[in-house]
Amino acid sequence: MSSWHFNRRGVAAIYKFEMARFRRTVLQSIVTPVITTSLYFVVFGSAIGSRITTIGGTSYGAFIVPGLIMLMLLTESLSNASFGIYLPKFTGTIYELLSAPVSSLEIVLGQSGAATTKSLVLGGLILGTASLFVPIRILHPGWMIAFLLLTAASFSLFGFVLGIWARSFEQLQFAPMLVVTPLTFLGGAFYSIDMLPRPWRMVTLFNPIVYLISGFRWSFYGKADVSVALSLACVTAFLAVCLGLIAWIFKTGYRLKN
Amino acid sequence: MPAALSISGLTKTYASGLQALKGIDLQIQQGEIFALLGPNGAGKTTLINIVCGLVTPSSGLILAADHDILRDYRAARTLIGLVPQELATDMFETVGATVNYSRQLFGCERNPALIEKLLRDLALWERRRDLIMTLSGGMKRRVMIAKALSHEPQILFLDEPTAGVDVELRREMWSLVRSLRERGVTIILTTHYIEEAEEMADRIGVIHKGALIVVEQKSTLMRKLGRKELTLQLLEPLGAIPDGLRDWPLALSPSGLELQYSFTTADQHTDIAALLKRLDALGIAFKDLNTRQSTLEEIFVGLVREGDRRPA
Ligand SMILES: Nc1ncnc2c1ncn2[C@@H]1O[C@H](COP(=O)(O)OP(=O)(O)OP(=O)(O)O)[C@@H](O)[C@H]1O
Ligand SMILES: [Mg+2]
Repeated sequence: MSSWHFNRRGVAAIYKFEMARFRRTVLQSIVTPVITTSLYFVVFGSAIGSRITTIGGTSYGAFIVPGLIMLMLLTESLSNASFGIYLPKFTGTIYELLSAPVSSLEIVLGQSGAATTKSLVLGGLILGTASLFVPIRILHPGWMIAFLLLTAASFSLFGFVLGIWARSFEQLQFAPMLVVTPLTFLGGAFYSIDMLPRPWRMVTLFNPIVYLISGFRWSFYGKADVSVALSLACVTAFLAVCLGLIAWIFKTGYRLKN
Repeated sequence: MPAALSISGLTKTYASGLQALKGIDLQIQQGEIFALLGPNGAGKTTLINIVCGLVTPSSGLILAADHDILRDYRAARTLIGLVPQELATDMFETVGATVNYSRQLFGCERNPALIEKLLRDLALWERRRDLIMTLSGGMKRRVMIAKALSHEPQILFLDEPTAGVDVELRREMWSLVRSLRERGVTIILTTHYIEEAEEMADRIGVIHKGALIVVEQKSTLMRKLGRKELTLQLLEPLGAIPDGLRDWPLALSPSGLELQYSFTTADQHTDIAALLKRLDALGIAFKDLNTRQSTLEEIFVGLVREGDRRPA
């Protein structure tokens, strides 16, 4: 397409710009999730969890940690990444990205890279907070990081798509609030899908987030609702779909260029 | 030397079905200051935005110093700087950070000395640590200019650079544009202030309803289409224009005290001396006289009216 090299300074500039935006809103972006997590532990872990003994040999408080991290990871990746591209569209500063010698891939790399970084930091913080409440062990740390990374990256990419699609702040809120949060709650964040009656278990298997949470929880406690390979395939497939959508967006200029 | 910018057969039809550009052909030489004039909605911004990559063309070929702006967009865009019409800045960034960001986004190494000079030239140096949201509108526009210049572009697009800028600042802007030209930067600007085009441009293009209706050297345009007017303040009112003055297309004011003679600058046989001699012979005395040349604005309004009369 072009004889020019990869614009690494451009990518770094976009990445740093987004990270600076996160730093400015450090209170909302870090403190809020940590407080929310603590609340979940107080309510689910202590108040309700004390009445539930164990799930698959894991105490209820520890059992919900992976699901809770996933819930935060999904919503935060999505809203951060979507906001990151929606904001310049909204304020008009997108003109600079569009007129700069950066490829679409480079824009996505810088923007989603920053959103992913932030999600990972957040995941670590929640894990740290959780370990104050319950003893946590991680059986497969390598896989845990892999699931964390893949999920954060793919939902950041998905957020990018959402931010481009959205024409209003309401639409921007739509997916995280009305799709991802319910699907995560229904996806076994706080229970094992084995606990559901049979017909509902079947329905649940159509929820892609079941696979994410199941795989992620497996990396902690070695127990999964669905096979780990299936979980991994599911995240990878989602990543591929998002990448495909992004390629199409930039090729056609969908909602970016007139 | 290739043209700084070469546009051929450019058309644009928006998704709404509106044809904003109807076959634009335009060559702009390196180091030139080109002013694009046209009424609201003529297609000036559309043209600029296509060249800069913000809008996709429907058809046509655009080369920036021989680089196809679509196929070889990196090389083309590296050469181009854009100051868009609408103010759009990152409110929560500082002036210094946003200008440095722009430079790196264009793939350039950090260059604090260059950025300092740029901010000083634009009278922004004192404000470099301030958030953009604390600046006035005119300062924000200068920030956008600094951003556009941060990667040392060869071609600079200024889409109405002086809209909402005070007189003093406008003059500073003009001198900045001139100093850029001295460094060989090609400048394409749009403006509604005709005096701005008159003051700065080497060449002027008039765009109307998506078509370039005139592209001329400014001096040629003014010579070809400019009109001059001679007004004589008479001592005694005249009832009518005397027969002896039939050779000149004169107009008499209702008071009978002013005689007006208008002619195009291109007219060969404008003989003011003869007219004055004849007046003397007829015993018509005048106490004062003045001449004025029509401004580009009048030329422009005339052109657009003419364009309107022509079937599209
Ligand atoms: N995104 C868009 N979708 C549809 N039509 C558009 C779009 N942008 C501009 N137009 C139309 O294209 C035409 C040219 O607009 P353009 O902005 O290029 O004019 P302009 O010469 O820059 O005007 P002005 O002097 O007001 O800035 C106008 O009729 C405008 O309504
Ligand atoms: Mg315009």
